[in-house]
Amino acid sequence: MDKIKIGIPRGLFYYYDGYFLKNFFEYLNFEVVVSPETNRIIIDEGMKYANDEMCLSLKVFLGHIAYLQDKCDYLLIMRIDNYGKYNQTCTNFLSLYDLVTNLFTIPTLDINIEYTNKENMYIGLKKICQKFNISNSKIKNAYDSALIKNKKHNKNLITINKNKLNKKGLKLLLVAHAYNINDEYIGKPIIKYLENNNINVIFSNNFETKEILNLSYKYCPNLYWYYNKENIGSIVKIEDKIDGIIFLSSFPCGPDSLVNELVIRKIRKPYINLVIDDLNSLTGIETRLESFIDILEQRV
Amino acid sequence: MGDYKVPVKYLLSHITKLEIIDAPKITTKTIEIGSKYSPDFVCTPFKYTLGTMIESIEKGSNVLIQAGGGCRYGYYSELQKQILKDLGYDIVLINLVTAGITDPIKIYKELKKVTKINIVKSLYYLLITKKMVKYMDNIDDYIRKNIGFEVKKNSFIKLKNKMLKSFSKIKGYFDLKKQYKKYLNEFKQLKINKPNNPIKIAIVGELYTIMEPFANYFLEYELASKNIEITRFTNVDYLLFRKSKEVKKMLKKNRDIKYKMGADASDNICRTRMLCEEGYDGIIHIKSSFCTPEIGAMPIISKICAQYKIPIIFFSFDAATSEVGIKTRLEAFYDMLEMRRSK
Repeated sequence: MDKIKIGIPRGLFYYYDGYFLKNFFEYLNFEVVVSPETNRIIIDEGMKYANDEMCLSLKVFLGHIAYLQDKCDYLLIMRIDNYGKYNQTCTNFLSLYDLVTNLFTIPTLDINIEYTNKENMYIGLKKICQKFNISNSKIKNAYDSALIKNKKHNKNLITINKNKLNKKGLKLLLVAHAYNINDEYIGKPIIKYLENNNINVIFSNNFETKEILNLSYKYCPNLYWYYNKENIGSIVKIEDKIDGIIFLSSFPCGPDSLVNELVIRKIRKPYINLVIDDLNSLTGIETRLESFIDILEQRV
Repeated sequence: MGDYKVPVKYLLSHITKLEIIDAPKITTKTIEIGSKYSPDFVCTPFKYTLGTMIESIEKGSNVLIQAGGGCRYGYYSELQKQILKDLGYDIVLINLVTAGITDPIKIYKELKKVTKINIVKSLYYLLITKKMVKYMDNIDDYIRKNIGFEVKKNSFIKLKNKMLKSFSKIKGYFDLKKQYKKYLNEFKQLKINKPNNPIKIAIVGELYTIMEPFANYFLEYELASKNIEITRFTNVDYLLFRKSKEVKKMLKKNRDIKYKMGADASDNICRTRMLCEEGYDGIIHIKSSFCTPEIGAMPIISKICAQYKIPIIFFSFDAATSEVGIKTRLEAFYDMLEMRRSK
């Protein structure tokens, strides 16, 4: 019998839990299909399904689903509501599952993360596995093994990130959501450009989450967005070790529009605020980055 | 927040010793000031409220109150506080809702910093205010359905203003009830000229834009001149006291969506299906630009409407939206509805 194919779109939640989910389902003998890195075709495909005011990251996400729709048996969608009362996510994450089921006809599997309602990853995965008649002990094993792999993977990324702090040369902190930093179309070109100019780019998403979450209260005492807390916490943690901050958001990101503005008004470091939309050419951004780097080099 | 300032003012003037200053009406100047100091791609209500805040500070207020909701509305106050501080204003900003949760103890503590409060008295007046909001919304419902068909121009608005005035001066619970009955009766006696079986349109959408004074009655007048009746749903009474229960109920019945979608998105989706089943002639969806929850809901709403073959039109309000542009699109919309009817 052929393996059941589960598709995971490379967008939004993939950059938080994708690695874990892939390992989990592979352990249970599923075939996991992850869509390729974002390219122009995927974005154009996504824009066909998207509403014109949706944020770029969501358009990209829809493009990935459009790519996957005839390449797998089930599509895996996570709906992330909150990680506790004051750790909520953007409303796009809330509507993700229902948006996909209404726009596409492919069968879906869903994981609901809603800590206030006692729904977490393990319960979500269990619900899925019950559909395929997988025993509880097997689920537990797969979960543990994927968790260990995931921890190792994260630890690795965190160490790389930390080591950059000790290197010579300009050190810039890139503050953005994980799904923007790691996206081939949104964040990667900028990182490549910076690294070609011998700059150490530190990523706001590769820190120990527990440690930096509470640090964000220094700048934003009432903040309740989980992902933005991570971003802001990373600034607080290493602010005096870096030369400048790059804020990167996709147009028109809801939480970023408020939080970044607030933080920009409070920090005492040079910063640049980049907003990426679907029409952007890299040249404009490169010019701005170039002058930003020039300023920083003169300050040092 | 339009006419809701009457109950809010009533409540605050009875439980605190603060002097209450009326927020100035939103004008183009307000919006201009607001947009000037706001981030670029924040949603429109942020700009409106910031503009109003600056104007009220210039009128002399030093304590401001901001509400909040389940989307980024809940985070408005923190940034607005900072913007006002950077502009050199020294004020206290009290936020009522954070992360979609109202914490009475926190609000009490913050209020206590600026004024003296008696808890027992506050509870009594809170109850009265709650009732007042409900009565106001009931009467508003009646006004909405009929205002366009009034025989004597402005008769509804005049009576409403009279009602608000006496509401702001009521002495207690029973007085409020008496006044409400009296005015409801008076409203029903106002002459209207309503055709039989008019074309029916419902309005759904994001809460701020729906309740905003600019949108209030403008659409009703416009459409009623073509013999169209309007239904609206969201009001303060619904948002504060009935929403959480009703959304749960609606979600259980509904098959389009499985989860809650943040702010008013899920209500609007469930409601659109209800409206389609009830046989409305058309639906108008309004929101402020960049309203994230509604953007997520729009594809689903248009899908439902396409299933039932019911026309829907989407309006997105931002700081630069003019009435004329909306009028043109509305005209085309009801022309189309009329043609469908006559077939």
